[in-house]
Order: sequence, then structure tokens, then C-alpha cells
Amino acid sequence: MRILVGASSCGISAGADGVIGAIDAYLESVGRPERAERTGCIGMCFAEVLVEIINGEESRFYGWVTPEAVVSIIKGELEGSIDESLIVDAEKFLSGQKRIVLRNCGRIIPSDIDDCMNSGDSYKALQKIFLERISPEDVIREIEISGLRGRGGGGFPTFFKWRAVRNSEGSCKHIICNADEGDPGAFMDRSVLESDPHSVIEGMTIAGFAAGASCGHIYLRAEYPLAVMRMKEAVRQAEERGFLGENILGSDFSFSIEIKEGAGAFVCGEETALIASMEGRRGMPVLRPPYPAQKGFCSEPTCINNVETLANVPWIIYNGGDAFAKAGVGKSRGTKVFAVAGKVMTPGLVEIEMGTSIHDLVFGICGGLKDSRPLKAVQLGGPSGGCIPASLDHLSLDYETIKETGAIMGSGGMIVLDDSSCMVDLARYFLTFTQSESCGKCTFCRVGTRRMLEILEKAVCGKASSQDIERLEDLALSVKKSSLCGLGQSAPNPVLTSLKYFRSEYDSHISGSCPSLSCRELVRFFIDSSKCRKCGACFKKCPAGAIVRNDSGFAIDHSKCVKCASCFNSCRFGAVSRG
Amino acid sequence: MSDNMRFSEALSAFGGDRKQLIRILQSAQSEFSYISEDTIRRISEKMNIPVSEIYGVVTFYRQFSLNKPGRHIIKVCSGTACHVGGSEKLSELIGDMLSISSGETTEDGMFTLDEAACLGCCSLAPVMMIDGKVYGRLTEKKVSDIINSFREGDSI
Repeated sequence: MRILVGASSCGISAGADGVIGAIDAYLESVGRPERAERTGCIGMCFAEVLVEIINGEESRFYGWVTPEAVVSIIKGELEGSIDESLIVDAEKFLSGQKRIVLRNCGRIIPSDIDDCMNSGDSYKALQKIFLERISPEDVIREIEISGLRGRGGGGFPTFFKWRAVRNSEGSCKHIICNADEGDPGAFMDRSVLESDPHSVIEGMTIAGFAAGASCGHIYLRAEYPLAVMRMKEAVRQAEERGFLGENILGSDFSFSIEIKEGAGAFVCGEETALIASMEGRRGMPVLRPPYPAQKGFCSEPTCINNVETLANVPWIIYNGGDAFAKAGVGKSRGTKVFAVAGKVMTPGLVEIEMGTSIHDLVFGICGGLKDSRPLKAVQLGGPSGGCIPASLDHLSLDYETIKETGAIMGSGGMIVLDDSSCMVDLARYFLTFTQSESCGKCTFCRVGTRRMLEILEKAVCGKASSQDIERLEDLALSVKKSSLCGLGQSAPNPVLTSLKYFRSEYDSHISGSCPSLSCRELVRFFIDSSKCRKCGACFKKCPAGAIVRNDSGFAIDHSKCVKCASCFNSCRFGAVSRG
Repeated sequence: MSDNMRFSEALSAFGGDRKQLIRILQSAQSEFSYISEDTIRRISEKMNIPVSEIYGVVTFYRQFSLNKPGRHIIKVCSGTACHVGGSEKLSELIGDMLSISSGETTEDGMFTLDEAACLGCCSLAPVMMIDGKVYGRLTEKKVSDIINSFREGDSI
């Protein structure tokens, strides 16, 4: 019997350590030799803490496990009387997926290189290259056949970057893994780094071999302490086994990897800003050309690939570019990992074949919306992306189709929104983010996003006019056109898509109402005296003294109300309404 | 590595390499929890970089703070999933409980309230991090219980 506990960041914050302690204590008390093993994240984040028990031929997932539930689960497994109450229907979540990037996640023990190689496929592709004497040019050709494109958002063909670096002059060339996952709402890179660190190391080493580079760097977010730890540990193990370092696997190819912790700046997702940051400077983008492939880190040829892109590489080399290209649609080949969160039943990490529809992802794999509320939109691509309305949920998830809607695929963050989410407020939220993350170099991005935010702040308070909204649209287009880097060029997307698909919500805000009842300034609370039982719960809860007694019971003094919704939440009879 | 290295060690080990400025600042941040004027001066002298330039780097990145923080650092996640899950309200609630706003430290030096762009635990939204530990699936009640437990001196 093997007991695997999901112990990546989500699992640990949901209480994995306590569960592991309880499992080990129980097994010891009954004299069993097994112990809990710490695996990564299989993607069913909704059911954390997740425990998989492999018992002979059978395997079962238990979800929402607490230390108290451990005894009945393990005892049931040992005695053959399975505790069904916490079993998760993993089949429903996993069967619609095609897992290439996440192939090993939740299946291997990431801190143990032997297990990664035995239970997973770590370093099989690298060994294949040297065993079969595949040339760097053939590696690049295989990636070209696969159709792999950058998964960080750009969608730029990966082979092209590798070949450009290979063909550039330079004594020392660099491969940088961009692991500075900055999109709020995206967590697939964190999960891969924590759950399958060797796939990233192997991908980088293959990239280095193909591009003729000997120096690897992982630019990793400091906010991901567990990922930093796991990667450092994995690099050390790979060095010990000869997968990294001088003369890898007895060849004349040498490659090393160092880990640099990013200090927290969204703009550093942009290649030239990332390089500036790695050189110890402010992360400000510069004009291209010269491209990093010609003049990058330390003015030497540099290839920058994202975590998910690199995690695909070993699979492609081992299984062939054709096998990868078989999946997908049009120019978008292979799979894409989405971090699905928001108002959805089963949030988590989902890897689907490109071309799957939004509907199939949200309602099929992720079980639809919470509380059976209607789907309003999905937000794709974070602060650089946009909202796609429910009426377009038949659209296919691939680079080209998503771009046509005005959103972008981005790194794959998907936030599912129901009718309680206000689109104007969401546009304001993203602008708050991009405005503060603008590096300040380009005037339109620096000042334009500020002015756009001011208009949106007026709008959510019901103080914007229709001229303001016109100015907002005008500014959005100018910021898009007049910014140097991707941050400024895409910062207006959340505004432009919400104007395109949800214009009526802006109009409602102009006339002083928020249809989703989410903008605090525009919501008023009322007490329906016919439903009121005069229990006084709202009166006691109100922090502002805004509930007043009158002949018919209670009423709200709107001049004092701070709209905290305490009365609404405390009323057990539904007598407090919002409008 | 910089995260386990003390500031003075990092400064003497990497001080000759302009590219290592951020790594050195990170070691100072992790040792002292903020970057003091004195720290900036010492780096400037050793690395021969103008104070203004170091200040520019420090203020560019979110990880660095110029003010001494409280003993417990509360970071409320303001990622998208947390936002639609009501994180702004939770941040306000904590602010009200501690009588500070985001970015400030309580008078007794116990808490600093801050926001994090995204902690990457979106499926547990809304979440917050206190002293490096993530608390997920928050409700108003859970938040006030957690803050109170810190006040009473026993972290849960």
C-alpha cells in the first residue's frame, strides 16, 4: 500500500502537514511499515487535502481529509471496508483532460529523483538524445514539428527562439526559465515547479543542448518559497546524477543551472525587463531589436522560455513531435494548462487539448458553477486579458480564437464569473493592478492607466458620465497603441472587452445602479416590514447605528449606512433586501 | 544562496558584481525585514553604486520595504480569484480590527497589514499569508479568529 498526500502549496495551506502526521502516527500505532509520502499537486485543488491510496491494483482518492478522518480512511483500506464518505470522483475531473505538462504531477515524489525516474519519466528524453546521438539541429526540428509555442502568453514558436540563439555569435549563451508567474489568478507554473521540478530542469538542459547554451538561469518568484526550495533541491540532485554539470551523461555537452529569486514586479514577465532585473537593475523594458536571442543577459545570446513550455519539451523529445502535434487545432498544437478558479464547483489545474470549448471545460471538467448560479463570463489572461461572455462559451480555447474575442490566452489563468460579479468593478480591479505595476517608462502607460483608473473609480461609485466612458475607451486605445511593451499594450484589454460585451453595465452605473449588486456605493439596503419578525438581530449587528426602530419594527437610516451588509447577512427571515 | 546568507556575508561575497545587487538587497530584507538607510549606504560604498540608484531599485520591487515592519506580517491576497471572493472586504475587516490601513504597521509594532499580488492558492480563495503561512477558504469569522489568536500570542 502506498499513501500519497498532495503537499504542494495548496495542500499545505489546507493542512497537509497535520494529515501526514496523523497518518504516520496511526500506521505506527498499528505496526504497519508504510508511511505517508509527499507528492505534488494533481490539480484537484478543490478537494485539498487530497490523499491517494494505492492498495494493490486499486487506487482511490480521498478529498477534504482532516487529521480526524485519517483513522477511518486507513483502517477501511487495511480491513477492506472502504470509507466512501470522502472519496473524490477523480475520473470525472481527469478523464476529459490530456496530460502532457502535468503528466507526473501528483504521481511522483518531487523531492526524490529516483522516484521521479521510476514512477515518472524524468530524464528519459535527455538519455535518449545522448543514447541515440540526436544532433542539436534534429532536436530543434522535432520541436518545430511539434508546433510548440510559448505558453507564457506570447505564443511565439519555441523552435524559432532556439534556432535564433543557436545561430547567434557568442562565447557564452544563456537559457532563462521565466518562472516569475505574475498574473494574479494563475498558478500552473508554481504547481509544475513544486510537483515536477525535474521536467523543467530537463527541458532547460535540452534547450541548452539545442541552442548551444551552457548557462541556465531560473528566474523564480520569491513569493513561491516552496517552489524555490524544491527547485534548488532538484538542481542539486540532478548535478549529483550527472544530468547537469560538466560533460552531461559522458558527452562533451556541459550545462549548469542557477536559481535567481525575482523581487516582485509584474513587468518582469517581459523579456527585456526580466533581463534588466537579472542584471540587478530596475526591471524596465527596452526597445527591440536587438532581440535577446542576439543580445540578452550580459549582452550575450539568450533564450527565454516559460515553465510550462519547458515542461512540454522532454515529452516531445521522448514521444516525438508528431505525437504532440496530433493534439490541438489549427496553429495551436498540443495542450494547455488552465488554472481554473472563481465561482466554479471544482477549481483546480486542468490540462486540455487545445480546441476544447470553454463550455466543456467549465461545465464538463469543472462541474459548472457554485450554487447553480448562471455563468456570466470567464476572465482569461489576467490583467492583460479580458472577459469572454457566457454567450460565447462555445468558442474553442486556442490562441487564435481567444485573440479574436479581444482577450488573450495569456498564461492560462481562468476566473469563472457568475451574475454576482460586476464587470465594471472587475475592469477597475485589473486597472488598479496594471496602473501600479507600470514601470513608468512610457507616458501613455504611466499616465494613461492612471487616468483610466480614475474614470473607473468614478464609475463604480455611480459618478461617471457617458462622456467619461467615451474618454475611457479613447484612452484605452491610445495606451494600447503607444506603449513599448506587452504590459502597456495589453493593460486596456480588460476595459475594452468589458465595453465590448457588457456596455449596458457601464450605462447602468452611469444612471446610478449596479446590476450585480456588487458595487458598494450603488447598493441600498431595505427592511421589508411584512417579513420582519422584530428579532433585532440586524439592530445588534449594525456597526454604524444605522438601524432605527419605528412603529412597524426596524428601518434603515441611509445617511448613516456604511453598506457593510451586516444586516443582510444577519437576518434569518429574508426581511433585509438589496437594491 | 542569498536567502540563507547574512547580509554582511552576501555583501562581501558578491559586492564586486553589479549584477548581484538584488541578491544582496534580498539578503538584507530577509535578515532585517526591511532596507534601512544605513544598509543602502553600506551597499553604495562597497559596490560603488550611487545611493539614488539603489533607492531606485529598492522602490521598484514589491519585495523590498523601506520601513520596519511589525512582528507579524499579514498579506491579504488580492489576486483575481480572491478579489471576486471578497478579499477587499476581508482586508478592510482586518484594517478595522487593527485600526490601520493596508501598508501600515500598528502602533504597538505587532502587525503590518499588506497586500500580495497573488499567492497562487486561487482554489482556496480568499486567502491570506501571515508570517509565511497561508490561510485559505477565509470567512469574516475565520479571519477575526486568526487575528485574535495572534493577539493572544498563540498562533494556530
